Amino acid sequence: MNKPKMKSFTEPKTVTDYPLGATCPSDHITSINAGWRTYRPVIDQEKCVLCMRCFLVCPDGVIDKSSDRLEIDYDFCKGCGVCAYECKPKAIKMVKEAEFNG
Amino acid sequence: MARKFISGNDAVAEGVRLARPHVISAYPITPQTIVVERLSDFCEDGSLKAIYMHVESEHSALAAAMGVSSVGARAFTATSSQGLLYMAENLPYASGARMPIVMMNANRALATPWNIYGDQMDSMFLLNAGWIQVYVEDAQEALDMMIQSYKIAEDPRVMTPFMVNLDGFVLTHTYEVVDVPEQELVDAYLPPLKLAENMMSLEAPKSLCITAGNNFNMEFKIKQNEEMNASTAIIAEVDASFAEVFGRKYHGLLEAIACDDAEVILITTGSVAGTSRMIIEEYRNKGHKVGLIKLRYLRPFPTEALAKVLKDAKAVGVVDKNISFGYEGTIFTNVNSAILQSGLTPKVHNFICGLGGRDVTKENIREMFDALLSSAAGDSCEKIHYMNVRCAL
Repeated sequence: MNKPKMKSFTEPKTVTDYPLGATCPSDHITSINAGWRTYRPVIDQEKCVLCMRCFLVCPDGVIDKSSDRLEIDYDFCKGCGVCAYECKPKAIKMVKEAEFNG
Repeated sequence: MARKFISGNDAVAEGVRLARPHVISAYPITPQTIVVERLSDFCEDGSLKAIYMHVESEHSALAAAMGVSSVGARAFTATSSQGLLYMAENLPYASGARMPIVMMNANRALATPWNIYGDQMDSMFLLNAGWIQVYVEDAQEALDMMIQSYKIAEDPRVMTPFMVNLDGFVLTHTYEVVDVPEQELVDAYLPPLKLAENMMSLEAPKSLCITAGNNFNMEFKIKQNEEMNASTAIIAEVDASFAEVFGRKYHGLLEAIACDDAEVILITTGSVAGTSRMIIEEYRNKGHKVGLIKLRYLRPFPTEALAKVLKDAKAVGVVDKNISFGYEGTIFTNVNSAILQSGLTPKVHNFICGLGGRDVTKENIREMFDALLSSAAGDSCEKIHYMNVRCAL
């Protein structure tokens, strides 16, 4: 899928080396951000009709169609469940994270 | 050079015109109104090639100025009192983003009781906003500081917003003869702002005003503080280069008058410094060893410069046109800290005066010096004096 490109962040060695004002070059992400997710949306590809409704409503823009199916980027999905709630054919299920992490 | 008989507000507007900002975003408020009226006229008659933005509030005025500054254009705004406080949320935003915006503030009382006249409660409220704060003594200094302020704020070593404070009415509405420098001289002295590291570039887009959580936030703030402290050198540098070009100097962070052998020293800001100059002369003629400090900058605070001047003083008085309720005058607190850090032990007194536009008279200044002289002679003396009060305390 078209995941955001991660670029490593070189920590400034001195306070002087910090950027002037709180600025940074645009279009890069330095860390994943999904730590507080308790339920994970899982797409049942059999039921999905590729209507793209979930793609449109996802507040974090983590649902992507770069092949012939929709995929969710779990590095940035916060588990809000809007996609599952809005899915008409009920193709998205919210599954407890514990089931994936043992 | 033209000599004009104009008010402090007019002088600010003339200075801003000479500094050629690209955008003026401001909301009128007494006693600042004439500044924005004149600038609006200048934009209309074409003598200032700037966009005059009609904004719906002071909060929007500074937000707009931040937008202007973030693409490398020169921004100006002006406000006063309740307007400054309404703008307050954006002040640390602009300073944290290191945007060299210049703002004129007409010092005015804060409600309640409602009052439109001059004191310094408004800007003291925002001493912690990360802005450089200068207090001017007369209309000429107001005009000159409009030029100096951009020069200092836009210096790559400073990159910090700048607040120029004028006493409401006493300075904003008093007419004086003012030298207005030639545009060519100002243009040569103050070249257009260069696109800095923290400004948007179409070639290399940036994210501005980013988040920095508990992992990196503190370092940004330390950097801001260190560079604000280091701006004391640039302030002195710019005052010197300004004097070379325009022939007027203001002695950087503070001006010491007759302080060399002074036993008592009075610390003043703004227009009160002007009144005190006359009393200094009078008391010196009588043989009293009195000195005067015109404290120009409150941020960065000139701790070292102050300690140097105060080192032999037996009694030091601080004039405050403000109260930090539950404590004392704010400048007094700052001066006391500088005195303590420098290992000095003069007697210290706070003269609180001029609230809500109450006059600070020559007689009041004499009373201050008399109190300091008697304190220096060993008499016990109140720590906080309220001056020109109309009833018993």
